Amino acid sequence: MNFKILGAFAAVSLLAACTTPDTAATGGNGATAGTSTVTPGSQEDLVANVGDRVFYEYNKSSLPTEGRGTLDRQAAWLGKYASNNVQLAGNCDERGTEEYNIALGQRRASAARDYLVAKGVSSTRITTISYGKDRPVALGSNEAAYAQNRNAITSVR
Amino acid sequence: MTLPLIPSMPLTDLNSKTFSVSRRGLAIGAAALFLPERAFAQAPQPGGADTAIVVDRARTDPIPIAVPAFAGADGDAGRLGRDIAGVINNNLARSGLFRAIDSAAFINGAPGDVPNFANWKGIGAQALVTGRVESQGGDKVRVEFRLWDVLPGQQIQGTAYSTTLSNWRRIAHIISDVIYERMLGEKGYFDTRVVYIAGTGPRDRRIKRLAVMDQDGENNRFLTDGSWIAKSPRFHPTRDQIAFMSYANNRPRIYLFDLGSGRQQPLGDFSGLTLSPRFAPDGNSVVMSQTTQNGNSDIYSVDLGSRGARKLTDSGSIDVSPCYSPDGTQIVFNSDRGGDQQLYVMGAGGGGAKRISFGSGRYATPVWSPRGDLIAFTRINGGTFSIGVMRPDGSGERILSESFYVEGPTFAPNGRVLMFWRETPARDNRGSGFSARLVSIDITGFNERQVATPTDASEPAWGPLPG
Repeated sequence: MNFKILGAFAAVSLLAACTTPDTAATGGNGATAGTSTVTPGSQEDLVANVGDRVFYEYNKSSLPTEGRGTLDRQAAWLGKYASNNVQLAGNCDERGTEEYNIALGQRRASAARDYLVAKGVSSTRITTISYGKDRPVALGSNEAAYAQNRNAITSVR
Repeated sequence: MTLPLIPSMPLTDLNSKTFSVSRRGLAIGAAALFLPERAFAQAPQPGGADTAIVVDRARTDPIPIAVPAFAGADGDAGRLGRDIAGVINNNLARSGLFRAIDSAAFINGAPGDVPNFANWKGIGAQALVTGRVESQGGDKVRVEFRLWDVLPGQQIQGTAYSTTLSNWRRIAHIISDVIYERMLGEKGYFDTRVVYIAGTGPRDRRIKRLAVMDQDGENNRFLTDGSWIAKSPRFHPTRDQIAFMSYANNRPRIYLFDLGSGRQQPLGDFSGLTLSPRFAPDGNSVVMSQTTQNGNSDIYSVDLGSRGARKLTDSGSIDVSPCYSPDGTQIVFNSDRGGDQQLYVMGAGGGGAKRISFGSGRYATPVWSPRGDLIAFTRINGGTFSIGVMRPDGSGERILSESFYVEGPTFAPNGRVLMFWRETPARDNRGSGFSARLVSIDITGFNERQVATPTDASEPAWGPLPG
């Protein structure tokens, strides 16, 4: 679990450091320690050097600009590792009702998938699932935690 | 207040008429567990305006009732007599419509065939329940009870049941329902079960199991082992079956769980994720939501015979949480077609959806009262969640309970009580302090009580009274 939280913060710091998808796709400046130990094309590579998740605003499923940058890098990474299939899991914060949140998480996952497909990733390589609010990555009941939990997380299948 | 006027019959006038009580399986492979032996001194049912429930009774005048331990000669019968009276006292007191008089106030012990009414009048009892338990060899027992109107000193009801020792709780609940109905003029809800989701473990690896219990929290059973997340359980109106959503094999969809056999099967093979099942009142179909390829969700009706699915909405938005009106002609559901989550009512065949929620904030989880007169919901307004009710046309909204997080009301089969769940926030970033607990409340907004469960609990759904 701690690993996942670290992953999320790594992705955030990458976004802060890199303003264009091109520089990000070549590897994050701040993640050199990670690149020396992870297998290229692995989930760890995705987390450390690309960013495995995008974040959404409260009760929204449209992709903010930062998320588009992350997905641009994911599309490039998936182009490079063409045998990787991925699952996009949509998640929500705890401030919504259970069933609506399952549907909202599905919308978030679908929005991320549609973006990847628009960037050239074959839709047959992507599956989606929603966990509603059942798989939070941050466990607090505060805005910082909620912001982390409104996401779509990409994992290699 | 006065008790309903019911002519009593002498104890010697034993009416041989029996009333049938259908049963449901309480355990895997259980056979018929009891039979009502005979009803004696059957009086006419109370009726008319005098016995209609007034909506503020829970606050104003609970009926003082005395339920001393049922008499029993030997060890088992004596223990059972005390336990049965305890369950009845607990049921009636928790309803908020009765005040169970503490046994410490009782002037005499177990009464004979005809109670000394002056003694019960003296401690303020308006109603008295007496009973007797007799062992009948093996694990068979006979339980007899009488309900008395203390002021005129008349018997209102007398019934005897034969059952097995292990089934004593159901007898206590059935007797509680008889008392409730004879005193208040409408059906009780004590001989019912509640299915819910039991939560354990840290929140990021939360284990969510399907669980079922009696309405008073007893006889808790976990029905799934926790390998996969279970959600949104709902009772079939007549069969011993539960519809719920499971993440089994990472393919979230609706399953039917058979309580008798413990087996489950997918409702159907659908391309999208299926969620929020609810049985039709006739029990022949399930209404549910299915996600679409583009990320929206539509409402479908699935026939339980053919398993054919009929699409009821196509709004290009999220349509979830459908629930039929008790007459089966309408469906209330949750949709964000207008921008954010609101409640809509449409015909059972789809089409003609009208928005009914117009207060500030968002609305969710609509459920139609079994009486048909109200729709209960969750409302999200700023940082506050609340449980409320409104009439099916959206008028007369009343908020019953609100806090940091409450969700998911479910009606008792008589439409008089709601159960929902309440969460407390985590106080740190490890999730410490988070809890989820079931709560019951009278539809007047009074008599809010926590329902004891062995673990955290959410998504309760009240089962039907046995037909």
